[in-house]
Amino acid sequence: MFPTPIEKGSRTWQLTYQSLLPMALILWLLPLIAVAIFSVKPAVDFTQGNYWGMPSSFELVNNYGQVFFNSDMPRYMLNSMLITVPTVIGAVTLSCLAGFALGIYKFKSNIWVFFMFVAGNFVPFQILMVPVRDLTLDMGLYNTKTGLVLFHVAFQTGFCTLFMRNFIRALPFQLIEAARVEGIAEWKIFWYVVIPLMKPAIAALSVLIFTFIWNDYFWAVVLTQGPESQPVTAGITSFNAQFRAAYHLMSAGSIVAALPPVLMFFAMQKHFIAGLTLGAVK
Amino acid sequence: MTAIDPTIAAAKSQRGWYKRNEIAVTPWLFLAPAILFFVFYVVWPIYQSIAISFYDWDGLGEARFVGMDNYAELMDDSAFEVSLWNNLKWLLFYLLAIPGGLFIALFLNQTVTGIRIYKSLFFFPFVLSQVVVGLVFSWFYLPNEGLLNTVLGVFGMGPINVLGDPTLATYGIIAAGLWPQTAYCMILYLTGLNAVDPEQIEAGRLDGAKGWRMLWFIIIPQLKPATFIAFVVTIIGALRSFDLISVMTNGGPFGQTRVLSFYMFEKALSEYGFRMGYGAAIAVVLFLIMLVFIAYFLWSMWSEERGR
Repeated sequence: MFPTPIEKGSRTWQLTYQSLLPMALILWLLPLIAVAIFSVKPAVDFTQGNYWGMPSSFELVNNYGQVFFNSDMPRYMLNSMLITVPTVIGAVTLSCLAGFALGIYKFKSNIWVFFMFVAGNFVPFQILMVPVRDLTLDMGLYNTKTGLVLFHVAFQTGFCTLFMRNFIRALPFQLIEAARVEGIAEWKIFWYVVIPLMKPAIAALSVLIFTFIWNDYFWAVVLTQGPESQPVTAGITSFNAQFRAAYHLMSAGSIVAALPPVLMFFAMQKHFIAGLTLGAVK
Repeated sequence: MTAIDPTIAAAKSQRGWYKRNEIAVTPWLFLAPAILFFVFYVVWPIYQSIAISFYDWDGLGEARFVGMDNYAELMDDSAFEVSLWNNLKWLLFYLLAIPGGLFIALFLNQTVTGIRIYKSLFFFPFVLSQVVVGLVFSWFYLPNEGLLNTVLGVFGMGPINVLGDPTLATYGIIAAGLWPQTAYCMILYLTGLNAVDPEQIEAGRLDGAKGWRMLWFIIIPQLKPATFIAFVVTIIGALRSFDLISVMTNGGPFGQTRVLSFYMFEKALSEYGFRMGYGAAIAVVLFLIMLVFIAYFLWSMWSEERGR
């Protein structure tokens, strides 16, 4: 293990490390801690210039109540859910199929199809913006959740296919050969042999894509407007316009908007990190 | 022998054809939906964007072919130049996330009690949306009341208005972007460090390697896969930077924090008018820059595939 485990160090070094840890963490999360404190402060603290002191009163219920009952926030949250969940299902499904094809079969254009997905996944969004917006308008899907979902599914398929294909490549190929010898149809091999083995990859991808899509801002701005279909990342800007300079409400709103992926991360941490770091180790 | 019903015969020969070609046909059946979606929404639009960049088009009326005019105009556009330079700054300084992430990973790669919670809390900023990160940091930088200036005040310095200063603003935004990106690199390196071969470390120790020399000659070479991924995601993140700029400064002050992706959006879709062709030309430039990296990534993936 590197660096040398702390238990092998001197007693003083151990104590220093133990006290350094929480200090470093507080420093690292300082901006976030500040916002959390902002969100329970009363409005009067900001008008009186008490930005960074202790809250003069504890207004958690009040501030978050405002966000939930007196703004479009719940609406935006619902939109985000209705955009994110179908995208996750769509992208994971498509990439399971494509990943299986690219991972198992040897055919001439295999690597080129694979590279198309990989390269497309790296492309800057901006080169897609004008045509995709146009396409969405032409299909009558501008400012709908469906329009956003369809595009997200297509774009995320690039990354997901890369992920799935690499995962399937690492599976023991003998299993598939054995099934073929038994004369099992190819789609049955996919469904009964490969899919059960892919469960960890599916879980990891789902949490990753959930986070990516929930946090998307660019496409939300390009393809939607207004509370009927905008997700929360875009909604928070109008929310902030509504409560200009009301830092306590803006902070509470931001925390609410950020919460679902954060909960997802803490609940599915193992899968999340496994997904992010696939390929970081040979 | 009775005559065979022709439909049954057809069905039989069809099944026969599929059976005979199952291995060749199946992958394409599995690939079809993904390829259709991807070509429709990603590959084809790239081609379209390149085509649009040769036109003068407001997005509604008739498009007029202007050849290279849009690109010629870019050459004299000072806002484009600023954006290009800012993109370069982003590329360069965003890479600091890699050594930063390695540093934190080395700091946290211990087995004391509670370290797991520390690791996930250090990683936490990555899960936040860039919009929230941008908001948080713009309050952090507030000219008078911001935490940064409060802290600087304690040391008798400041106040500085980071986001209001044309030269500082871009660096302020990059710093905000480094926060989640460093967390990402950290998690990559933590995973990498987990897989470092303990025997090599022991061998190194016997040979008297310690500290920096150990890190440089024995650890870092073994972290190569993690470094490669960190490099890929950081470069892409730097060239995609849009959310933070839009939330924190909206391109200002005086357009000094624009990058290509933001300037393109401004030209094509915002109150400055709907110049789709000009916007597309900017996007093509950004795409060409990215293409250099994409080619490199694909090349290294390809050589690794062949090595297997």
